[in-house]
Amino acid sequence: MSSAETAPPKVRFEGVSKRFLKRGDPLQVLEDVDLDVRDGEFVCLLGPSGCGKSTLLNIVAGFERPDVGRVTIDGEEVQGPSERRVFVFQEYGIFPWASVWDNVALGLRDRPKEEQARIVQETIDMVGLTGFERAYPMELSGGMKQRVEVARALAVSPDVIFMDEPFGALDSLTRLTMRSEIIRIWEQQRMTILFVTHDVDESIQLADRIVVLSARPGRIAGIEVIDTPHPRDLGSAEYGRIKNRLFGLLGVDHSV
Amino acid sequence: MTLSLVLFFASLVALRVTRRSEGRAMAFVVPGLVALALGALWSLFVGLSGTKAFPTPSETWSGFLELLAAQRLWGDVVASLFRVSWGFVLAAAIGIPLGLVLGWNARGFQALNPIIQLLRPISPIAWIPIAILWFGIGDGAGIYLIFLSTFFPITVGTTAAVRNISLVHQRSAQNFGLSGLELFRRVVFPAALPQIIVSLRIALGVAWLVIVAAEMVGMQSGLGYLINDARNAGSRYDLVVATMLVIGLLGIILDLLIRQLEKFDEVRWGYVQR
Repeated sequence: MSSAETAPPKVRFEGVSKRFLKRGDPLQVLEDVDLDVRDGEFVCLLGPSGCGKSTLLNIVAGFERPDVGRVTIDGEEVQGPSERRVFVFQEYGIFPWASVWDNVALGLRDRPKEEQARIVQETIDMVGLTGFERAYPMELSGGMKQRVEVARALAVSPDVIFMDEPFGALDSLTRLTMRSEIIRIWEQQRMTILFVTHDVDESIQLADRIVVLSARPGRIAGIEVIDTPHPRDLGSAEYGRIKNRLFGLLGVDHSV
Repeated sequence: MTLSLVLFFASLVALRVTRRSEGRAMAFVVPGLVALALGALWSLFVGLSGTKAFPTPSETWSGFLELLAAQRLWGDVVASLFRVSWGFVLAAAIGIPLGLVLGWNARGFQALNPIIQLLRPISPIAWIPIAILWFGIGDGAGIYLIFLSTFFPITVGTTAAVRNISLVHQRSAQNFGLSGLELFRRVVFPAALPQIIVSLRIALGVAWLVIVAAEMVGMQSGLGYLINDARNAGSRYDLVVATMLVIGLLGIILDLLIRQLEKFDEVRWGYVQR
């Protein structure tokens, strides 16, 4: 544990602030966010909608720039997107005009043919899409499309994966399956994952650490560490207490 | 006249009788019966009016056979199709790449879009004098006019298609390091393709409208010329109407052909579940 704490962080947010103009008026979206993420850590960014958590993810992925502050990965400031760090989108970012195979092969364009074929097949097998290599996204269910997107990211063996509510559009059963799949893959590969969600249960099931963002402007309202191993049973009393604390940080009374 | 009256009511009765029938055959039976009823009405009104100039359906049919027998029709069909295909292919060959670049490159769009928007609303018919001045009375002028009338819908449609590529797909491309030609080949072009095909379809429809008008005014062959010629050569309105129906039929066939492009796996996503 001590070595992990002294090792330099994989991802570091330093005083990140961001504002947008909305109909001419400035809108503060993020305010002074400081956060370190360890290599191989699974961090959930939890917050109400509109709190700037997706903006924070877009900034660390290099799609947007902070107004103030900076983000570094492996000590280097993020200047733009990179194939070492792959984004899994909320809506389907896979290409509907390409087959499952061609989508997964997107990041492997420059590899030799045999290596490319081997990795694509392995990755497709890993996400459970064997037999659908030649299918087009429109022929697949929502859950299968999201698997293609995850496979496309995994194929390049990235150091960091950014996930922006990746299972938000799926039905609740598929969402549960996808969560355990992502944990299974993460336990095999131990990449760093930054996962945005507004679902308290989802964050408890997945994360090593849950970073709660306040409503706009998004600031870090608190951090909850979860060090119990997977699989996690949400029904246990301990998770009930964590859940209460998270809802407290979010400022929501969750009993209806 | 009695015959047309009988036919008219017979087709109405047939429509009524088959109103509960379903199945694939009905897709032909129902419009067929409606056409029969309209044809009977047409015949009836021509008979009632006592006109000598306007043809009945059966006179139109014999006019059509006469055109076939005189081996007149085929040459004019080929002339019109020739001009339309060349003008259309040239416009697509220039308009699609130009539209891709204008859609992707903000500076290029800024530079060229105002000129395109200025030229676009000018009816291709207004270009006929200039087309004849430059190319003479012949295929060249026809091809040029079809090029003009299809170039703008294709270019503008392609530009709009590229500008509508979803942010998520643009970012995916960025994330996986696509740039230059590869970016166009793997993302920009395929993402825009469904809408490009729609604009090709619209352009081809326009081309078929324009070629007839152009041939009526400034050419010595083609279906438009045939219409003019039939009227001038002794008010042969039977030939005029027969030619008009041939134009309509060929228009349907052209549209059916270009719609085949929408069926490929690479573009079907753009039409079904948006």
